[in-house]
Amino acid sequence: MNEQVLAMKEEKSPYLHTSQKIRMETVKLNAYFGKVHALKDISLIIPQNKVLAIIGPSGCGKSTFLRCLNRMHEEVSGTIYGKILLDGDNIMDYDPVSLRKKVGMIFQKPNPFPTMSIADNVTAGLRLNGFHNKNKLKEIAEKSLRQAALWDEVKDLLKHPGADLSGGQQQRLCIARALAVEPEVILMDEPASALDPISTAKIEELIFELKQNYTIIIVTHNMQQAARVSDYTAFFYMGEMVEHDKTGKIFTSPSKRQTEDYITGRFG
Amino acid sequence: MMTLSVLCALIAIVPLFIILFYTITQGLSSINWDFFTKMPKPAGETGGGMANALMGTGILIGLASLIGLPVGILSGIYLSENSKTIFARSIRFLTEVLNGIPSIVIGVVVYIIIVLPMERFSAIAGGFALGILMIPLITRTTEEMMTLIPHSYREAALGLGIPRWKTNLFIILPAAFKGIFTGILLSIARVAGETAPLLFTALGNRFWSTQLDQPIASLTVFIYDYAKAPFEDWNRQAWAAALILIILIMIINILFRLVTRKRKYA
Repeated sequence: MNEQVLAMKEEKSPYLHTSQKIRMETVKLNAYFGKVHALKDISLIIPQNKVLAIIGPSGCGKSTFLRCLNRMHEEVSGTIYGKILLDGDNIMDYDPVSLRKKVGMIFQKPNPFPTMSIADNVTAGLRLNGFHNKNKLKEIAEKSLRQAALWDEVKDLLKHPGADLSGGQQQRLCIARALAVEPEVILMDEPASALDPISTAKIEELIFELKQNYTIIIVTHNMQQAARVSDYTAFFYMGEMVEHDKTGKIFTSPSKRQTEDYITGRFG
Repeated sequence: MMTLSVLCALIAIVPLFIILFYTITQGLSSINWDFFTKMPKPAGETGGGMANALMGTGILIGLASLIGLPVGILSGIYLSENSKTIFARSIRFLTEVLNGIPSIVIGVVVYIIIVLPMERFSAIAGGFALGILMIPLITRTTEEMMTLIPHSYREAALGLGIPRWKTNLFIILPAAFKGIFTGILLSIARVAGETAPLLFTALGNRFWSTQLDQPIASLTVFIYDYAKAPFEDWNRQAWAAALILIILIMIINILFRLVTRKRKYA
Protein backbone atom coordinates (compact mmCIF):
# COMPACT_ATOMS: atom_id res chain seq x y z
CA MET A 1 0.00 0.00 0.00
CA ASN A 2 1.53 3.32 -0.97
CA GLU A 3 1.94 6.26 1.35
CA GLN A 4 -0.69 8.37 -0.30
CA VAL A 5 -3.46 5.82 0.07
CA LEU A 6 -2.45 5.22 3.63
CA ALA A 7 -2.56 8.91 4.38
CA MET A 8 -6.05 9.02 2.90
CA LYS A 9 -7.14 6.16 5.06
CA GLU A 10 -5.63 7.72 8.10
CA GLU A 11 -7.77 10.74 7.45
CA LYS A 12 -10.90 8.58 7.20
CA SER A 13 -10.11 6.52 10.23
CA PRO A 14 -9.99 8.19 13.61
CA TYR A 15 -7.48 5.72 14.99
CA LEU A 16 -5.15 4.55 12.25
CA HIS A 17 -1.46 5.37 12.44
CA THR A 18 0.92 5.06 9.59
CA SER A 19 2.91 2.49 11.50
CA GLN A 20 -0.02 0.15 11.85
CA LYS A 21 -0.65 -2.66 9.45
CA ILE A 22 -4.24 -3.00 8.30
CA ARG A 23 -5.49 -6.57 8.65
CA MET A 24 -9.05 -6.20 7.48
CA GLU A 25 -11.05 -3.42 6.02
CA THR A 26 -14.59 -2.90 4.82
CA VAL A 27 -15.40 -0.30 2.20
CA LYS A 28 -19.00 0.88 1.91
CA LEU A 29 -20.28 -2.50 2.96
CA ASN A 30 -24.00 -3.06 2.44
CA ALA A 31 -25.77 -6.28 3.28
CA TYR A 32 -29.23 -7.45 2.32
CA PHE A 33 -31.20 -10.40 3.62
CA GLY A 34 -34.19 -10.72 1.37
CA LYS A 35 -35.62 -7.21 1.41
CA VAL A 36 -34.02 -6.28 4.72
CA HIS A 37 -31.18 -3.81 4.36
CA ALA A 38 -29.16 -4.97 7.33
CA LEU A 39 -25.91 -3.05 6.91
CA LYS A 40 -25.61 0.39 5.39
CA ASP A 41 -22.36 1.75 4.01
CA ILE A 42 -20.07 0.44 6.70
CA SER A 43 -16.45 1.50 6.19
CA LEU A 44 -14.21 0.29 8.93
CA ILE A 45 -10.53 -0.42 9.33
CA ILE A 46 -9.26 -3.22 11.51
CA PRO A 47 -5.56 -2.88 12.36
CA GLN A 48 -3.44 -5.94 12.95
CA ASN A 49 -3.03 -7.35 16.48
CA LYS A 50 -5.71 -5.14 17.91
CA VAL A 51 -9.09 -5.84 19.39
CA LEU A 52 -12.05 -4.12 17.80
CA ALA A 53 -15.30 -4.24 19.75
CA ILE A 54 -18.63 -3.74 18.07
CA ILE A 55 -21.40 -2.55 20.32
CA GLY A 56 -24.99 -1.58 19.76
CA PRO A 57 -28.54 -2.53 20.62
CA SER A 58 -30.06 -5.84 19.48
CA GLY A 59 -30.81 -5.91 15.78
CA CYS A 60 -28.34 -3.15 14.94
CA GLY A 61 -26.46 -5.39 12.52
CA LYS A 62 -23.37 -6.05 14.62
CA SER A 63 -23.57 -9.84 14.38
CA THR A 64 -24.43 -9.57 10.71
CA PHE A 65 -21.34 -7.47 10.15
CA LEU A 66 -19.21 -10.06 11.90
CA ARG A 67 -20.65 -12.87 9.81
CA CYS A 68 -19.96 -10.99 6.58
CA LEU A 69 -16.27 -10.87 7.49
CA ASN A 70 -15.84 -14.61 6.94
CA ARG A 71 -18.76 -14.98 4.56
CA MET A 72 -20.92 -16.87 7.01
CA HIS A 73 -23.74 -14.57 5.85
CA GLU A 74 -23.95 -16.78 2.78
CA GLU A 75 -25.27 -19.56 5.01
CA VAL A 76 -28.43 -17.55 5.55
CA SER A 77 -28.54 -16.38 1.92
CA GLY A 78 -27.46 -12.80 2.43
CA THR A 79 -26.03 -10.63 -0.32
CA ILE A 80 -23.36 -8.01 0.16
CA TYR A 81 -22.30 -5.00 -1.86
CA GLY A 82 -19.16 -3.00 -1.31
CA LYS A 83 -15.80 -4.47 -0.45
CA ILE A 84 -14.33 -6.48 2.38
CA LEU A 85 -10.56 -6.75 2.28
CA LEU A 86 -8.31 -9.17 4.08
CA ASP A 87 -4.65 -8.16 3.82
CA GLY A 88 -5.68 -6.04 0.85
CA ASP A 89 -7.46 -8.84 -1.05
CA ASN A 90 -11.19 -8.87 -1.60
CA ILE A 91 -12.63 -11.75 0.41
CA MET A 92 -15.14 -12.44 -2.34
CA ASP A 93 -12.17 -13.58 -4.45
CA TYR A 94 -11.36 -16.23 -1.86
CA ASP A 95 -12.90 -19.64 -1.77
CA PRO A 96 -15.09 -19.45 1.37
CA VAL A 97 -13.42 -22.55 2.79
CA SER A 98 -9.92 -21.11 2.64
CA LEU A 99 -11.15 -17.71 3.80
CA ARG A 100 -12.64 -19.25 6.92
CA LYS A 101 -9.35 -20.89 7.73
CA LYS A 102 -7.85 -17.41 7.89
CA VAL A 103 -10.79 -15.76 9.59
CA GLY A 104 -12.00 -18.03 12.40
CA MET A 105 -15.14 -17.63 14.42
CA ILE A 106 -16.29 -18.13 18.02
CA PHE A 107 -20.01 -18.27 18.62
CA GLN A 108 -22.30 -17.10 21.37
CA LYS A 109 -23.11 -20.58 22.60
CA PRO A 110 -20.18 -22.96 23.09
CA ASN A 111 -20.54 -25.60 20.39
CA PRO A 112 -17.92 -28.36 20.68
CA PHE A 113 -18.65 -31.20 18.29
CA PRO A 114 -20.80 -33.68 20.17
CA THR A 115 -19.28 -36.92 18.87
CA MET A 116 -15.67 -35.93 19.43
CA SER A 117 -13.26 -36.06 22.33
CA ILE A 118 -11.59 -32.91 23.62
CA ALA A 119 -8.43 -33.58 21.63
CA ASP A 120 -10.35 -34.44 18.48
CA ASN A 121 -12.41 -31.28 18.82
CA VAL A 122 -9.29 -29.15 18.85
CA THR A 123 -7.81 -30.80 15.78
CA ALA A 124 -11.09 -31.22 13.87
CA GLY A 125 -10.38 -28.33 11.50
CA LEU A 126 -7.02 -29.83 10.57
CA ARG A 127 -8.06 -33.47 10.38
CA LEU A 128 -11.08 -32.74 8.23
CA ASN A 129 -8.88 -30.83 5.85
CA GLY A 130 -6.66 -33.80 5.24
CA PHE A 131 -3.96 -33.30 7.86
CA HIS A 132 -3.25 -36.64 9.52
CA ASN A 133 0.22 -36.60 11.08
CA LYS A 134 -0.63 -37.98 14.54
CA ASN A 135 2.35 -36.57 16.43
CA LYS A 136 2.00 -33.19 14.86
CA LEU A 137 -1.72 -33.15 15.64
CA LYS A 138 -0.95 -33.97 19.26
CA GLU A 139 1.52 -31.11 19.41
CA ILE A 140 -0.93 -28.68 17.85
CA ALA A 141 -3.69 -29.80 20.20
CA GLU A 142 -1.49 -29.09 23.20
CA LYS A 143 -0.28 -25.78 21.85
CA SER A 144 -3.79 -24.62 21.02
CA LEU A 145 -5.18 -25.71 24.38
CA ARG A 146 -2.35 -23.87 26.13
CA GLN A 147 -3.07 -20.76 24.10
CA ALA A 148 -6.71 -21.04 25.08
CA ALA A 149 -5.68 -21.38 28.76
CA LEU A 150 -7.40 -24.73 29.00
CA TRP A 151 -4.48 -27.17 28.92
CA ASP A 152 -3.99 -27.49 32.68
CA GLU A 153 -7.64 -28.25 33.21
CA VAL A 154 -7.98 -30.89 30.50
CA LYS A 155 -4.56 -32.42 29.99
CA ASP A 156 -5.68 -35.66 31.66
CA LEU A 157 -9.09 -35.64 29.98
CA LEU A 158 -8.07 -35.37 26.35
CA LYS A 159 -9.96 -38.52 25.41
CA HIS A 160 -13.14 -37.43 27.18
CA PRO A 161 -16.09 -36.02 25.28
CA GLY A 162 -15.88 -32.26 24.75
CA ALA A 163 -19.45 -31.96 25.92
CA ASP A 164 -18.45 -33.12 29.43
CA LEU A 165 -16.75 -29.81 30.18
CA SER A 166 -18.40 -26.84 31.84
CA GLY A 167 -19.80 -24.04 29.69
CA GLY A 168 -16.78 -21.79 30.18
CA GLN A 169 -14.35 -24.63 29.47
CA GLN A 170 -16.35 -25.55 26.39
CA GLN A 171 -16.05 -22.02 25.11
CA ARG A 172 -12.28 -22.06 25.63
CA LEU A 173 -12.24 -25.44 23.86
CA CYS A 174 -13.98 -23.75 20.94
CA ILE A 175 -11.35 -21.03 21.00
CA ALA A 176 -8.60 -23.66 21.00
CA ARG A 177 -10.34 -25.35 18.08
CA ALA A 178 -10.37 -22.08 16.16
CA LEU A 179 -6.70 -21.39 17.01
CA ALA A 180 -5.58 -24.82 15.82
CA VAL A 181 -6.15 -23.91 12.17
CA GLU A 182 -3.92 -20.85 12.70
CA PRO A 183 -6.22 -18.06 11.58
CA GLU A 184 -5.11 -14.46 11.23
CA VAL A 185 -8.33 -12.96 12.45
CA ILE A 186 -10.72 -14.27 15.10
CA LEU A 187 -14.32 -13.15 15.08
CA MET A 188 -16.13 -13.49 18.40
CA ASP A 189 -19.89 -13.22 18.49
CA GLU A 190 -20.78 -12.44 22.13
CA PRO A 191 -18.40 -15.18 23.27
CA ALA A 192 -19.12 -14.73 26.98
CA SER A 193 -22.80 -13.91 27.03
CA ALA A 194 -23.78 -17.47 27.96
CA LEU A 195 -21.14 -17.75 30.70
CA ASP A 196 -20.89 -16.99 34.39
CA PRO A 197 -18.75 -14.05 35.61
CA ILE A 198 -15.68 -16.14 36.42
CA SER A 199 -15.67 -17.85 33.04
CA THR A 200 -16.29 -14.48 31.43
CA ALA A 201 -13.25 -13.03 33.17
CA LYS A 202 -11.15 -15.93 31.87
CA ILE A 203 -12.32 -15.36 28.33
CA GLU A 204 -11.51 -11.66 28.63
CA GLU A 205 -8.01 -12.38 29.93
CA LEU A 206 -7.62 -14.75 27.05
CA ILE A 207 -8.60 -12.11 24.50
CA PHE A 208 -5.93 -9.90 25.98
CA GLU A 209 -3.34 -12.66 25.52
CA LEU A 210 -4.48 -13.58 22.05
CA LYS A 211 -4.13 -10.15 20.56
CA GLN A 212 -0.33 -10.54 20.67
CA ASN A 213 -0.71 -12.91 17.75
CA TYR A 214 -4.14 -12.41 16.32
CA THR A 215 -6.47 -9.68 15.23
CA ILE A 216 -9.75 -9.92 17.09
CA ILE A 217 -13.16 -8.52 16.37
CA ILE A 218 -15.64 -9.00 19.17
CA VAL A 219 -19.34 -8.30 19.17
CA THR A 220 -20.69 -7.70 22.64
CA HIS A 221 -23.77 -6.54 24.45
CA ASN A 222 -21.75 -5.85 27.52
CA MET A 223 -20.27 -2.37 27.38
CA GLN A 224 -17.96 -2.89 30.34
CA GLN A 225 -16.58 -5.84 28.48
CA ALA A 226 -16.01 -3.76 25.37
CA ALA A 227 -14.27 -1.14 27.49
CA ARG A 228 -12.09 -3.76 29.18
CA VAL A 229 -10.92 -5.82 26.25
CA SER A 230 -10.85 -3.65 23.16
CA ASP A 231 -8.50 -1.11 21.65
CA TYR A 232 -11.11 0.30 19.32
CA THR A 233 -14.87 0.37 19.47
CA ALA A 234 -17.47 0.81 16.80
CA PHE A 235 -21.04 1.71 17.69
CA PHE A 236 -23.71 0.36 15.36
CA TYR A 237 -27.31 1.47 15.28
CA MET A 238 -30.04 0.36 12.86
CA GLY A 239 -27.57 -1.06 10.38
CA GLU A 240 -25.36 1.99 10.31
CA MET A 241 -22.08 2.66 11.97
CA VAL A 242 -22.69 5.74 14.06
CA GLU A 243 -19.18 6.17 15.32
CA HIS A 244 -15.89 4.37 15.68
CA ASP A 245 -12.83 5.43 17.57
CA LYS A 246 -10.33 4.43 20.23
CA THR A 247 -12.19 2.63 22.98
CA GLY A 248 -11.14 5.17 25.60
CA LYS A 249 -12.53 7.98 23.51
CA ILE A 250 -15.84 6.26 22.79
CA PHE A 251 -16.48 5.59 26.44
CA THR A 252 -15.34 8.94 27.81
CA SER A 253 -16.11 11.54 25.19
CA PRO A 254 -17.98 10.16 22.21
CA SER A 255 -18.50 12.66 19.44
CA LYS A 256 -22.04 11.61 18.57
CA ARG A 257 -25.09 12.12 20.74
CA GLN A 258 -26.49 8.65 19.92
CA THR A 259 -23.33 6.97 21.10
CA GLU A 260 -23.39 8.84 24.35
CA ASP A 261 -27.05 8.00 24.93
CA TYR A 262 -26.33 4.35 24.32
CA ILE A 263 -23.27 4.01 26.53
CA THR A 264 -24.86 5.94 29.33
CA GLY A 265 -27.82 3.58 29.17
CA ARG A 266 -30.41 6.06 28.01
CA PHE A 267 -31.55 3.68 25.28
CA GLY A 268 -30.80 0.21 23.90
CA MET B 1 -64.22 -43.77 28.85
CA MET B 2 -61.09 -44.67 30.80
CA THR B 3 -62.17 -48.31 31.08
CA LEU B 4 -62.92 -48.40 27.38
CA SER B 5 -59.53 -47.08 26.43
CA VAL B 6 -57.78 -49.52 28.76
CA LEU B 7 -59.82 -52.30 27.18
CA CYS B 8 -58.86 -51.16 23.68
CA ALA B 9 -55.24 -50.95 24.73
CA LEU B 10 -55.45 -54.58 25.79
CA ILE B 11 -57.20 -55.57 22.56
CA ALA B 12 -54.39 -53.87 20.65
CA ILE B 13 -51.83 -56.31 22.00
CA VAL B 14 -54.06 -59.41 21.80
CA PRO B 15 -53.19 -60.15 18.14
CA LEU B 16 -49.50 -60.21 19.03
CA PHE B 17 -50.12 -62.82 21.72
CA ILE B 18 -52.35 -64.89 19.44
CA ILE B 19 -49.63 -64.83 16.79
CA LEU B 20 -46.95 -65.76 19.31
CA PHE B 21 -49.15 -68.50 20.79
CA TYR B 22 -49.78 -70.15 17.42
CA THR B 23 -46.30 -69.85 16.03
CA ILE B 24 -44.79 -71.19 19.22
CA THR B 25 -47.21 -74.10 19.73
CA GLN B 26 -47.15 -75.06 16.06
CA GLY B 27 -43.60 -74.23 15.18
CA LEU B 28 -41.45 -74.81 18.23
CA SER B 29 -41.47 -78.60 17.87
CA SER B 30 -39.88 -78.36 14.43
CA ILE B 31 -37.07 -76.10 15.49
CA ASN B 32 -33.85 -77.96 16.08
CA TRP B 33 -30.27 -77.70 14.98
CA ASP B 34 -31.04 -79.42 11.65
CA PHE B 35 -33.62 -76.79 10.89
CA PHE B 36 -30.90 -74.14 10.76
CA THR B 37 -28.19 -76.19 9.11
CA LYS B 38 -29.85 -78.67 6.76
CA MET B 39 -31.35 -78.20 3.33
CA PRO B 40 -35.03 -78.78 2.56
CA LYS B 41 -35.87 -82.46 1.97
CA PRO B 42 -37.74 -83.61 -1.15
CA ALA B 43 -41.51 -83.70 -0.86
CA GLY B 44 -42.73 -86.66 1.16
CA GLU B 45 -39.63 -87.07 3.32
CA THR B 46 -39.79 -85.63 6.81
CA GLY B 47 -37.11 -83.51 8.45
CA GLY B 48 -34.66 -81.24 6.69
CA GLY B 49 -34.18 -77.54 7.27
CA MET B 50 -34.10 -74.12 5.79
CA ALA B 51 -30.44 -73.20 5.85
CA ASN B 52 -30.74 -71.89 2.29
CA ALA B 53 -33.66 -69.63 3.21
CA LEU B 54 -31.80 -68.13 6.17
CA MET B 55 -28.77 -67.55 3.95
CA GLY B 56 -31.00 -66.17 1.22
CA THR B 57 -32.75 -63.69 3.49
CA GLY B 58 -29.34 -62.53 4.67
CA ILE B 59 -28.10 -62.02 1.11
CA LEU B 60 -31.29 -60.25 0.09
CA ILE B 61 -31.06 -57.87 3.04
CA GLY B 62 -27.41 -57.25 2.20
CA LEU B 63 -28.25 -56.43 -1.41
CA ALA B 64 -31.18 -54.26 -0.36
CA SER B 65 -28.91 -52.36 2.04
CA LEU B 66 -26.35 -51.81 -0.72
CA ILE B 67 -29.02 -49.90 -2.58
CA GLY B 68 -31.18 -48.53 0.21
CA LEU B 69 -28.50 -47.23 2.58
CA PRO B 70 -26.39 -45.03 0.30
CA VAL B 71 -29.34 -43.72 -1.68
CA GLY B 72 -31.47 -43.20 1.41
CA ILE B 73 -28.76 -41.61 3.56
CA LEU B 74 -27.40 -39.32 0.87
CA SER B 75 -30.82 -38.15 -0.21
CA GLY B 76 -31.72 -37.61 3.45
CA ILE B 77 -28.61 -35.44 3.78
CA TYR B 78 -29.63 -33.52 0.69
CA LEU B 79 -33.14 -32.93 2.02
CA SER B 80 -31.92 -31.78 5.42
CA GLU B 81 -29.46 -29.41 3.79
CA ASN B 82 -31.86 -27.87 1.24
CA SER B 83 -35.13 -28.38 3.00
CA LYS B 84 -37.01 -25.51 1.44
CA THR B 85 -36.24 -25.69 -2.27
CA ILE B 86 -39.01 -26.79 -4.60
CA PHE B 87 -36.86 -29.70 -5.72
CA ALA B 88 -36.42 -30.88 -2.12
CA ARG B 89 -40.12 -30.50 -1.39
CA SER B 90 -41.02 -32.58 -4.43
CA ILE B 91 -38.47 -35.24 -3.52
CA ARG B 92 -39.81 -35.38 0.01
CA PHE B 93 -43.37 -35.71 -1.24
CA LEU B 94 -42.44 -38.36 -3.77
CA THR B 95 -40.54 -40.48 -1.25
CA GLU B 96 -43.65 -40.40 0.89
CA VAL B 97 -45.68 -41.58 -2.08
CA LEU B 98 -43.10 -44.31 -2.70
CA ASN B 99 -43.42 -45.32 0.93
CA GLY B 100 -47.14 -45.77 0.45
CA ILE B 101 -46.91 -47.93 -2.66
CA PRO B 102 -47.86 -51.54 -1.90
CA SER B 103 -44.80 -53.74 -1.92
CA ILE B 104 -46.38 -56.15 -4.40
CA VAL B 105 -46.56 -53.35 -6.96
CA ILE B 106 -42.85 -52.71 -6.50
CA GLY B 107 -42.33 -56.45 -7.02
CA VAL B 108 -44.24 -56.38 -10.31
CA VAL B 109 -42.33 -53.33 -11.56
CA VAL B 110 -38.98 -54.90 -10.72
CA TYR B 111 -40.19 -58.03 -12.49
CA ILE B 112 -40.70 -55.98 -15.63
CA ILE B 113 -37.49 -53.93 -15.48
CA ILE B 114 -35.05 -56.58 -14.22
CA VAL B 115 -36.47 -60.09 -14.34
CA LEU B 116 -37.83 -59.94 -17.90
CA PRO B 117 -34.67 -58.44 -19.48
CA MET B 118 -32.47 -60.92 -17.55
CA GLU B 119 -34.86 -63.70 -18.50
CA ARG B 120 -34.67 -65.20 -15.04
CA PHE B 121 -35.58 -64.62 -11.44
CA SER B 122 -32.59 -63.60 -9.38
CA ALA B 123 -31.28 -62.50 -6.00
CA ILE B 124 -30.32 -59.19 -7.63
CA ALA B 125 -33.92 -58.52 -8.61
CA GLY B 126 -35.12 -59.44 -5.10
CA GLY B 127 -32.53 -57.25 -3.43
CA PHE B 128 -33.39 -54.43 -5.78
CA ALA B 129 -37.09 -54.63 -4.89
CA LEU B 130 -36.34 -54.66 -1.16
CA GLY B 131 -33.83 -51.84 -1.63
CA ILE B 132 -36.52 -49.68 -3.21
CA LEU B 133 -38.70 -50.37 -0.18
CA MET B 134 -35.89 -49.26 2.13
CA ILE B 135 -35.13 -45.98 0.37
CA PRO B 136 -38.06 -43.87 1.61
CA LEU B 137 -37.74 -45.18 5.17
CA ILE B 138 -34.06 -44.34 5.39
CA THR B 139 -34.39 -41.03 3.57
CA ARG B 140 -37.00 -39.96 6.06
CA THR B 141 -35.15 -40.91 9.23
CA THR B 142 -31.86 -39.50 7.94
CA GLU B 143 -33.47 -36.18 7.14
CA GLU B 144 -35.28 -36.00 10.45
CA MET B 145 -32.23 -36.93 12.51
CA MET B 146 -29.94 -34.55 10.60
CA THR B 147 -32.33 -31.63 11.13
CA LEU B 148 -32.45 -32.41 14.85
CA ILE B 149 -28.74 -31.61 15.16
CA PRO B 150 -28.42 -27.98 16.30
CA HIS B 151 -27.44 -25.56 13.57
CA SER B 152 -24.57 -24.31 15.74
CA TYR B 153 -22.47 -27.41 14.98
CA ARG B 154 -22.80 -26.81 11.27
CA GLU B 155 -21.77 -23.18 11.77
CA ALA B 156 -18.85 -24.17 13.94
CA ALA B 157 -17.59 -26.57 11.30
CA LEU B 158 -18.04 -24.18 8.40
CA GLY B 159 -16.40 -21.46 10.48
CA LEU B 160 -13.31 -23.66 10.82
CA GLY B 161 -12.98 -23.85 7.07
CA ILE B 162 -14.32 -27.37 6.80
CA PRO B 163 -16.00 -27.86 3.42
CA ARG B 164 -19.74 -28.31 3.42
CA TRP B 165 -19.80 -31.96 2.31
CA LYS B 166 -17.25 -32.91 4.98
CA THR B 167 -19.28 -31.03 7.55
CA ASN B 168 -22.30 -33.09 6.61
CA LEU B 169 -20.50 -36.42 6.42
CA PHE B 170 -18.09 -36.14 9.34
CA ILE B 171 -19.74 -33.76 11.80
CA ILE B 172 -23.50 -33.79 11.38
CA LEU B 173 -23.94 -37.38 10.21
CA PRO B 174 -22.00 -38.91 13.15
CA ALA B 175 -23.94 -36.73 15.58
CA ALA B 176 -27.17 -37.97 14.03
CA PHE B 177 -25.92 -41.51 13.56
CA LYS B 178 -27.66 -43.07 16.52
CA GLY B 179 -31.02 -41.97 15.21
CA ILE B 180 -30.19 -42.95 11.66
CA PHE B 181 -28.96 -46.35 12.83
CA THR B 182 -32.27 -47.06 14.50
CA GLY B 183 -33.97 -46.09 11.23
CA ILE B 184 -31.72 -48.55 9.41
CA LEU B 185 -32.61 -51.31 11.87
CA LEU B 186 -36.30 -50.66 11.51
CA SER B 187 -36.12 -50.63 7.73
CA ILE B 188 -34.23 -53.94 7.79
CA ALA B 189 -36.89 -55.38 10.07
CA ARG B 190 -39.49 -54.14 7.63
CA VAL B 191 -37.96 -55.63 4.48
CA ALA B 192 -36.98 -58.87 6.21
CA GLY B 193 -40.68 -59.60 6.57
CA GLU B 194 -41.61 -58.81 2.96
CA THR B 195 -42.92 -61.67 0.83
CA ALA B 196 -44.91 -60.19 -2.03
CA PRO B 197 -42.11 -58.35 -3.86
CA LEU B 198 -39.90 -61.46 -3.62
CA LEU B 199 -42.43 -63.74 -5.33
CA PHE B 200 -41.89 -61.88 -8.61
CA THR B 201 -38.20 -61.28 -8.26
CA ALA B 202 -36.11 -63.67 -6.15
CA LEU B 203 -38.73 -66.39 -6.59
CA GLY B 204 -37.29 -68.85 -4.07
CA ASN B 205 -34.97 -71.78 -4.47
CA ARG B 206 -35.02 -75.25 -2.96
CA PHE B 207 -31.28 -75.58 -3.27
CA TRP B 208 -28.28 -73.92 -1.75
CA SER B 209 -27.44 -70.93 -3.90
CA THR B 210 -25.42 -67.86 -3.24
CA GLN B 211 -25.26 -66.81 -6.86
CA LEU B 212 -26.68 -63.36 -7.27
CA ASP B 213 -27.97 -63.91 -10.78
CA GLN B 214 -29.90 -67.02 -9.77
CA PRO B 215 -33.20 -67.39 -7.93
CA ILE B 216 -32.62 -67.38 -4.21
CA ALA B 217 -34.55 -68.70 -1.22
CA SER B 218 -35.83 -66.51 1.59
CA LEU B 219 -37.59 -67.11 4.89
CA THR B 220 -40.78 -65.41 3.85
CA VAL B 221 -41.16 -67.19 0.53
CA PHE B 222 -40.23 -70.44 2.31
CA ILE B 223 -43.12 -69.83 4.69
CA TYR B 224 -45.43 -69.03 1.78
CA ASP B 225 -44.53 -72.21 -0.13
CA TYR B 226 -44.55 -74.52 2.87
CA ALA B 227 -47.74 -73.19 4.41
CA LYS B 228 -49.78 -73.89 1.28
CA ALA B 229 -48.15 -77.26 0.60
CA PRO B 230 -50.25 -80.39 1.12
CA PHE B 231 -47.73 -82.01 3.48
CA GLU B 232 -48.19 -81.80 7.21
CA ASP B 233 -44.47 -81.79 7.91
CA TRP B 234 -43.99 -78.84 5.55
CA ASN B 235 -46.80 -76.95 7.25
CA ARG B 236 -45.08 -77.48 10.60
CA GLN B 237 -41.83 -76.21 9.14
CA ALA B 238 -43.61 -73.14 7.81
CA TRP B 239 -44.73 -72.39 11.35
CA ALA B 240 -41.19 -72.90 12.58
CA ALA B 241 -39.82 -70.55 9.93
CA ALA B 242 -42.47 -67.99 10.89
CA LEU B 243 -41.33 -68.25 14.50
CA ILE B 244 -37.70 -67.74 13.47
CA LEU B 245 -38.67 -64.70 11.42
CA ILE B 246 -40.61 -63.20 14.30
CA ILE B 247 -37.70 -63.81 16.65
CA LEU B 248 -35.29 -62.19 14.19
CA ILE B 249 -37.47 -59.11 13.90
CA MET B 250 -37.91 -58.98 17.66
CA ILE B 251 -34.15 -59.12 18.11
CA ILE B 252 -33.82 -56.19 15.76
CA ASN B 253 -36.45 -54.30 17.73
CA ILE B 254 -34.72 -55.02 21.01
CA LEU B 255 -31.43 -53.89 19.47
CA PHE B 256 -33.25 -50.73 18.43
CA ARG B 257 -34.35 -50.17 22.02
CA LEU B 258 -30.84 -50.70 23.34
CA VAL B 259 -29.34 -48.32 20.84
CA THR B 260 -31.84 -45.59 21.56
CA ARG B 261 -31.35 -45.96 25.27
CA LYS B 262 -27.57 -45.77 25.40
CA ARG B 263 -26.23 -42.27 25.64
CA LYS B 264 -22.78 -41.32 24.57
CA TYR B 265 -21.27 -37.93 23.84
CA ALA B 266 -24.50 -36.07 24.12
